[in-house]
Amino acid sequence: MTTQPLLEIKDLYARVAAPGGREILKGVNLTINAGEVHAIMGKNGSGKSTLAQVLAGREAYEVTGGSVRYKGQDLLELSAEERAREGIFLAFQYPVEIPGVSTSYFLKAAVNAVRKHRGEPDLQTKDFINLVKDKMKLLHMDPSFMNRAINEGFSGGEKKRNEIFQMAVMNPTLALMDETDSGLDVDALKTVAEGAASLRRDDNAILVVTHYERLLQYIVPDIVHIMLDGKILMTGDKALAAKVDTQGYDWVDRQARQVG
Amino acid sequence: MKGQVMTQLADKNTHLSNFSQFDQSAGHAPAWLDSLRRSGIDRFEQVGFPSTREERWRYTNVAPIARMPFKLAHYDGQGTDLLDRYSFGDDAASELVFVNGHFVQQLSKLGRLSRGVFAGHLPDALDSRSAQLEGSLGRLANVEANPFVALNTGFIRDGAVIHIPRNVEIEQPIHLLFISTTSREPAVSHPRVLIMLEEGASGTVVESYVGGRGLYFTNAVTEISLEDRAQLDHCKLQQESGEAFHVSTTQIRLGADARYVSHAATLGAKLSRNDLNAVMAGQHADATLNGLVFIGGEQHCDNHTILDHAEPNCPSHELYKHVLDGKSSGVFKGKILVRSGAQKTDSKQTSKALLLSDDAVMNSMPALEIYADDVKCTHGSSSGPVDEEQVFYLRQRGVGLEAARHLMTYAFAADITRRIKVERVRRRLEEYMALQHGLPLDLRINDLASHDEAVKQL
Repeated sequence: MTTQPLLEIKDLYARVAAPGGREILKGVNLTINAGEVHAIMGKNGSGKSTLAQVLAGREAYEVTGGSVRYKGQDLLELSAEERAREGIFLAFQYPVEIPGVSTSYFLKAAVNAVRKHRGEPDLQTKDFINLVKDKMKLLHMDPSFMNRAINEGFSGGEKKRNEIFQMAVMNPTLALMDETDSGLDVDALKTVAEGAASLRRDDNAILVVTHYERLLQYIVPDIVHIMLDGKILMTGDKALAAKVDTQGYDWVDRQARQVG
Repeated sequence: MKGQVMTQLADKNTHLSNFSQFDQSAGHAPAWLDSLRRSGIDRFEQVGFPSTREERWRYTNVAPIARMPFKLAHYDGQGTDLLDRYSFGDDAASELVFVNGHFVQQLSKLGRLSRGVFAGHLPDALDSRSAQLEGSLGRLANVEANPFVALNTGFIRDGAVIHIPRNVEIEQPIHLLFISTTSREPAVSHPRVLIMLEEGASGTVVESYVGGRGLYFTNAVTEISLEDRAQLDHCKLQQESGEAFHVSTTQIRLGADARYVSHAATLGAKLSRNDLNAVMAGQHADATLNGLVFIGGEQHCDNHTILDHAEPNCPSHELYKHVLDGKSSGVFKGKILVRSGAQKTDSKQTSKALLLSDDAVMNSMPALEIYADDVKCTHGSSSGPVDEEQVFYLRQRGVGLEAARHLMTYAFAADITRRIKVERVRRRLEEYMALQHGLPLDLRINDLASHDEAVKQL
C-alpha cells in the first residue's frame, strides 16, 4: 500500500501562451489520492477548465510557476501524448471533429499507443472489437458509431457520450472530466454519468470539472473544491456541491471578499 | 523585345528539329496520321510555348521547359527496376509498358482480354482498326486546345489504344505504365493515349507516370470517348522524378447516361501542369473529378479543369485536395461551363488545401460560366494549416505528435484516396504519404479502409 498521492499540485500558476497572455491559474494547490473522486466547481472564468487542460498538457497554456507530481514523477516534464500513455485522460468539454478517420481506427491507434508504452503487444482488430463491445453497451451506443468519422456530424450529446466511451476503453488512471454535463439532456446525462461512475476503482481517480451539481448526483464526489479567480477557495464534501445547487455562486464571491 | 522573340524561336527550334529527326525515322504511317502530325507541329510552330501573360498560364511559368534543349527520348533497355516497383502484376487485366515513350512488348503483359477488347499500342491498332482511329485520334484533344497538345500530336507514334466494345465490362484495371529512365541529356517524350468505350461498355484504366532520377519532360495527351451508357473509372498517378517536368491534357467526351470518374494524383515532378476537361455531350451524363496533390520542396503543380455542360440534366462533382509542404506551390482553376440549353445542370466543386509549412502557397480559383437559367452550381475553396485543436485531441489519446500530424494529413486526403477502387493505386498513395512523413513502419496508416471493413463485418 503506497501512501504517495496520485496527483500533487503545488502553487500552480499558468497563463495563456501568447505574448501578454492573461494569467489564469494563480496558485492552485490540490492533492488527489488513488480511489478518490474530486469535483472542482466554479463559475465561468474561474480557471477550472484551464486546470484540466494544463494537467492534460495543452500547449496553449504556459505554466509559469509551481509543480505537479503524478505517480511520483514530474508531470510538467511530459508531453501531452506521454501523459496520455501514463494514464491521464481528458474528456473534452468541446470534443473535436476529425473527418476522414473512423472512431474505431483512432481508438485502436490510441489503445495501441498506450500498450506499446507499457511494452505490451498491439491489439489486433478482432481483439480490439471484443474490448470495445462491452463498453459500447455500457454507454448505450449504436455500433454504427465506430465506423463514423471522429465526432463528425455528432450531436453535442453524442460527442459527450463518445468521450466517456473512449474513457471506458482507455481505462485511465486519472480521468479529467471537463464539463461533461454541458449540452446533455437528462437521459443522456444519466447514461454518461453512470457510465463514468462505473469506472471508479481503488487504483484510479476522477477529477470532475463542472459548473452544476447535477452530474455529481451520479458520480458522487469524495471531495468538492470551489475555484474562484484561479485559486481553490474552499474544499469540503458533497454538501458543498448541494449548497452551490441551491444558492448559486454569489455567496462564494461574498465569502472571497470577506477573506480578501 | 527582339531578344525575347529570338529565345522563342530557339525554344521552338529544339522541338522542330526533333520533329525532322522523328519524321525521318518514324517509318510508314497512313496518310491521315501523317497529316495529323503535320497539323500538330505546324500549330506548335505557329504559337510556340505559352507565356504567363496568357490568363490560363498566369500562375505557371513554362519558360524552364521552353529553354531546355530536350532531345527525343529513346528506349535504352533500362527501366526494369521501376517496372518492378510500379507494375500491377496479376492485378491488371493488361499492362502496357512504355519506356521513354516507346512501347516495350517484352515488359508488357497483354493478357487475354475478352470479346473483342483491344488494349495495345498504336501501330497494332492501326493494323486492325485504322478507320476507327482515323475518326477518333486527335478529334477530342484538338491541336488548337493548347500548344502542348499540338506538340504532342506532332510526335504521335507509339501511343496506347484501349477499345472496349458495346456492353462489354472489364473488371480488372488496364494499366498504362509510362516509365522515364535517367539519361545523360535531358529528354522529352510525348505519350499519347486513346480510350474508346462503346455503348454500355465499362472498364477501369490506370495511367501511371513514373521516373527514377534526373531532368526530363513528359508531355502527355489522353483522349477518352465514352458513348451512351459507357462507364469509365480512370486513375492518373503522376510520380515523376523530382526534377522532371510533366504537362498533360486529358480530354473526355461523355455520351448520354455515360459515367466518368477521374482520380488524378500528383506526387512527383518539379513542375507539373494538368488540363482535365470533361464535356457532357449527352443528357444525364455524370462526371466526377477527384484530385489529390501531395507535394513539397520546391515543387509546383497546376491543375486546370473544365466541367463542360453541353446538354441538360447532367450532374457533375469535383473535389480537389492539396497537401503542400516546404516551399511548394499549388494552383487550382476549376471552371464549370454551363452552355445555353443545359438546364437542370447540377454541379458541385470544392477545392481544399492543407498547408504543412508557412512557405507553401495555394492559389485556388473557381470559375462559373453559366448560360442557362435553371441550374444548380456551387463551389467552395479553403486553405489552412493543420488544426492544432485536432492534433491536441489525438495526442491527448496517446498518439504521438508526428503520428498525429500524419493522421491529420491522411484524414485530409482520405476523401480522395478512399474513393479509389484500384487497391494498387490507393496503397501506393498511402505508402507515399507515410514515407514523406518519415514514420516508422508501425505508425504508418495504410490499412484504414481494411480496418473499417473488418469492423463492419464483426
